[in-house]
Amino acid sequence: MTEEVRVSGSLRNRLATTLIGGAAVLAILLFFVVRSYAAQIAQQGQDSILGASVTSILDAASVQDGRIEVDFPYASFSMLGTDSDDRIFYAIYQDDQLLSGYDGLPAVDPSIGGDSGYWTAEFQDTPIRLAAASRMLVGADLRTQLTVSVAQTQDSLSGTLNRISRNVAIFGTGFFLLVVLLASWATSAAIGPLARLTTSVARRGPQDLRPVVSPVPSEMVPLVTSLNSLMARLDQSLGRSEDFIAEAAHRVRTPLATVRSHAEATLQRVDREENRQAMRAMIRAIDESSRAAGQLLDHAMITFRADHLDRQDLDLLDLVQDLAVRLGPIADMRDVDLHVDAPDAVPITGDAILLQNAIRNIVDNALKYAPRESVVHIDVTTSPSPRVTVRDEGPGFPIGEIGGLSDRFARGSNSDGIIGSGLGLTIAQDVATAHGGALTLGNHPKGGACVIFSF
Amino acid sequence: MKFLLIEDNYDLAQAICARMQLDGHVIDHAGTIADAIAFSDSGEYDLILLDVMLPDGDGRDFLRRHRAGNGVTPIIVLTARSQVSDRISLLDLGADDYVTKPFDHAELEARCRAVLRRKAGTAQTVTRVGDVAFDPVAGVLTVGETSVSLRNKELRLLEVLFNAPGQIFPKQKLVDRLFSYDDDVSENAIEVYIGRLRKHLEGSQLQISTHRGLGYRLDHD
Repeated sequence: MTEEVRVSGSLRNRLATTLIGGAAVLAILLFFVVRSYAAQIAQQGQDSILGASVTSILDAASVQDGRIEVDFPYASFSMLGTDSDDRIFYAIYQDDQLLSGYDGLPAVDPSIGGDSGYWTAEFQDTPIRLAAASRMLVGADLRTQLTVSVAQTQDSLSGTLNRISRNVAIFGTGFFLLVVLLASWATSAAIGPLARLTTSVARRGPQDLRPVVSPVPSEMVPLVTSLNSLMARLDQSLGRSEDFIAEAAHRVRTPLATVRSHAEATLQRVDREENRQAMRAMIRAIDESSRAAGQLLDHAMITFRADHLDRQDLDLLDLVQDLAVRLGPIADMRDVDLHVDAPDAVPITGDAILLQNAIRNIVDNALKYAPRESVVHIDVTTSPSPRVTVRDEGPGFPIGEIGGLSDRFARGSNSDGIIGSGLGLTIAQDVATAHGGALTLGNHPKGGACVIFSF
Repeated sequence: MKFLLIEDNYDLAQAICARMQLDGHVIDHAGTIADAIAFSDSGEYDLILLDVMLPDGDGRDFLRRHRAGNGVTPIIVLTARSQVSDRISLLDLGADDYVTKPFDHAELEARCRAVLRRKAGTAQTVTRVGDVAFDPVAGVLTVGETSVSLRNKELRLLEVLFNAPGQIFPKQKLVDRLFSYDDDVSENAIEVYIGRLRKHLEGSQLQISTHRGLGYRLDHD
């Protein structure tokens, strides 16, 4: 009955992937933006100190007796001191002539030209940051261009940058994890009403076709509305077919009952043996047909319900004892005693209506084949699994036929003269299978048939 | 015992009434719920037999009304609806038992007896003939000081004989009354039960006499 549903992706996964993927992109973007901004700020800091250093050197330059004298203060370099002991280079040029400092330290930015500014270059295989500026010195007979460049390695800067990067990475990861959490919460919250609707529909018993009344989000209203209208139509058509079956059964059985009663009454008045035989045969045929009709209906009902078990917590013993009371009069008619033997309670979960029907069929069978004034034993036990064992003192199952007796319409070779439809054990077997159990037929060592219905 | 039968099918009702009267019961027949209410309001019944589908309504409504009005008379439902869920809902509504149409009269009789036995305690059901007391509901036969519990077939046989002392019952009539039609019994089976009843009645003022070719009769000294 249940057809495989074709799956195309998952709403939850789709939503989660979008949210988490977006968060990952944002986190990486954030990392790079913050990192480059921090690098820029740090670079500006270094540059302004380098600039100040250059300026302080230039300011200290003067022309004395036609010579350039640069007596720059100690602070010009000490202001560049860092935690990482970065190395400092300087060069002072007079019109491209190195006056003092490191030879080869560039005094102009090769990419721009000009004679002032900040740039990054490589010196002695180490990346350095350079600041350079120049000043025109005018003396009595001198007019000369003085260019000063100060450079510093970037160990401290890159240390700071690394620290910032690490912190930004930690912050970004934290942000990402937080978003993942938020995403999973948001996904659950969004999927939640759908899941709740699914559970509330799935948990229903097979007969429960009431509309869904619990409030749902507005996006789900069309779905729930069509679900409700589908269930209403299903309810209507199920109700109609149930009514039809009940009505049909009533229409067929009531006249059968009348015919049977008449036949019985006639039998009381008829004396000739052949007429009596005919009347008896007629009554048996009526019984046979009405029983078959009843069992067919039961079998149809069980096939339907087996697909949608209405599981409840039950006490197997209660169920069996109730059945023993119901079947008491039938047992009485044959002077058969029903012995129920059981521990205190045998808790199981199952469909009460199905189980009752199955066990009733087994006990019915035992009663039919039990000899007069004998005992039918019904034992309810909990181990190895919950089970009901029904044993009679009759002829037992014919050896060799046991395997096929629970097939539909199969009857044993010793069933002559006993009314039956051949569906009783089929019903019991189907119910056992639907409950994940088994029906075992056998003969008891002391004689008699023994049927075990186990869970 | 006084029974009320609520059944709209006239033929079936007549047949049930005939069988019940044969067993010595008094039985009133109502064809509609309205009649049934009139009957049950005006008389005391030991047992009500109720059909489910009636021309003026659902038999279950009568059942509900009866139980709501604190009616204690046991009710056995005669139903042609055979689905298990129907049967269970009947019991939930307060029916004491049900039989599915078409039913064996022996089964109906056995169910009536079982229900009456469960509800026993108020009704005086003991019949006395001479020094013998017989309670067909409890299934107890008392001769002088000693009581014996009768098995179903002995009980039914004694009941038939007790209801018409002095009348001769042919074996085949007794078979028809005692056994259902899915029982394959010979008339000789009756002899076994007659033998047992004779043993139970030993020393009392009652005895069962054999009339060769005619049948059995319960005689009172």
